[in-house]
Amino acid sequence: MLSLVNGPQTSGNGRGFWLAFLAVLTVALIYPVFADSYDVGNFSYFLIWIFMALGLSLIWGYGGMLTFGQTFFFGIAGYGYGVLAIVLGGSTTTIAALILSVLVAVLAAAVLGYFMIWGRISGMFFGIVTLAATLSLAFFLGQTAGPEWHIGEARLNGFNGMKGMDPLTVGDIYIEGTILYYVLIALIVAVYLGLRMLVNSRIGNVIVAIREDPQRAEMLGYDVRKYQLLTFCIGSGLAGLSGALYTSWGQFITPSSIGLPAAAMPIIWVAFSGRSDLTATLVGSFLLLFGFQTITIYSQQAALVLMGALLLGTVMVMPQGFIFGVAQIASRRWRRLAGRDSAGDGPLRDGET
Amino acid sequence: MPLIDIKDVSRRFGGLAAVSHVNLSIDQGEIHCLIGPNGAGKSTLFKLIIGVYEPSAGTILFDNADITRERPYARVQRGMSIKMQAPSVFKELPVWQNLDIALQQQRSGDDLVMERQRLLELLDLAVHDDKLAGALAHGQQQWLEIGMALALRPRLLLLDEPTAGMSPEETHRTGELIKSLNRDGMTVIVVEHDMAFIRQIAQRVTVLHLGQIFADGTLEQVVSDPRVEEIYLGKAHHV
Repeated sequence: MLSLVNGPQTSGNGRGFWLAFLAVLTVALIYPVFADSYDVGNFSYFLIWIFMALGLSLIWGYGGMLTFGQTFFFGIAGYGYGVLAIVLGGSTTTIAALILSVLVAVLAAAVLGYFMIWGRISGMFFGIVTLAATLSLAFFLGQTAGPEWHIGEARLNGFNGMKGMDPLTVGDIYIEGTILYYVLIALIVAVYLGLRMLVNSRIGNVIVAIREDPQRAEMLGYDVRKYQLLTFCIGSGLAGLSGALYTSWGQFITPSSIGLPAAAMPIIWVAFSGRSDLTATLVGSFLLLFGFQTITIYSQQAALVLMGALLLGTVMVMPQGFIFGVAQIASRRWRRLAGRDSAGDGPLRDGET
Repeated sequence: MPLIDIKDVSRRFGGLAAVSHVNLSIDQGEIHCLIGPNGAGKSTLFKLIIGVYEPSAGTILFDNADITRERPYARVQRGMSIKMQAPSVFKELPVWQNLDIALQQQRSGDDLVMERQRLLELLDLAVHDDKLAGALAHGQQQWLEIGMALALRPRLLLLDEPTAGMSPEETHRTGELIKSLNRDGMTVIVVEHDMAFIRQIAQRVTVLHLGQIFADGTLEQVVSDPRVEEIYLGKAHHV
């Protein structure tokens, strides 16, 4: 089983890593027993965004396509969940609303991705087109305040945003508070392990090959466009999952969760964490969200400035990502230490993690 | 029957005719060398065969199938493989993974691992298998790329200046490798400048000049043509 989730595209493949993973997971599982419900709710909020960050890591870090479109798909699924939860009548149908809204985001990614990838848009132009799509959606939703902007009973409400949808519900049980927290933990574990399997599979080999040299990858017989589209759809679908869960969590969504400041956030999380590593993205994004929220209590402006400074500092000092870089240094030191203890000086080979 | 049949193919870049009305048939099992001065259109012709460029006019048949408008990956799936002029390996990935990305097209499990090991030893890269491909010397990168091309078990192997940056010994070994692959039935087209290397491997030689076929035949026929000596080899170059 471990051989499926371990491989050259992920750091942390040894027994020590997986023991640490189990320890962190255990702490996460018992956390609600000791924490108050307000903190558990806050943690749920941080966890919601992790899917979007992991999706960006896949598209940008592994696939080499810098996209500003994560909040575009977040918004599509977020509004999609809101509309469907209202139109379908709420209650248990919210589960269908969640699944359908994520599928709509994947479909939108397939359409946008098809035109970009088959249209040979790459490099910074990929970022520009996805940013344009994101800003267009935010602008469009911002001008839907009039009563004519509705789908069934669901009003879009312009800048004030949608509200009035049910949270995820199964029978009489609302999936919120501690239950939502556990659902999110389960989803994150499943998505994290699933992505590790993907990037360490034969498909993952091709995805990173395309990032390194698309022409060479095509000369080895791979239809580069299909692999890029697959990567884009999965990563964007994960942003959609964040969006639908966000709407369910807060029972509202506004265009400001799609616009430029919001669209820049996942880029900062993933760049700071280490875009080419799923574990660094998971850990770094959670820490940044936690730090951002903590500082926002005192000053939102200060939090935004700090985010910008972190991005600048990361690009200049550790372009491969701060968390990833620190983890690599710590790993090397630990191995050197262990080597001395057990078998004398064991110099590390380059690239070992 | 020709394996690759190029019929009246031209490729223009704006006002420049890089390749002009080229007709060339290469039979199954042949080692065919393309020579010519810089700018003769050799690499462009290679890119037309593999599909990086589409011809402005003309037709390309591979095993009697029209592949003129097919994308490169589809041509590779038909049985072509190429080593590009400049080393084109995945520089940020280890050597073994470079080979795996090619090998996994046709193999899996133990079969893949065994073939990887065989190629690493054949290419003299076994001790470097964990190194990033970008950290290899230029000649080793050339070998690695040849290995990636071979991993696809092609029927037609295109080698664009395979020995650039190699020592004389490595160049000789490359020639022996090509001859050995050819004995097993592989058709090979080589673009090269090194006449000693061409002499070592060539069964037939085509000279390109200004995008057109200038001469064609055995190496002896081609080098004894005084016009070839004039346009390509130079009076002082003994062949």
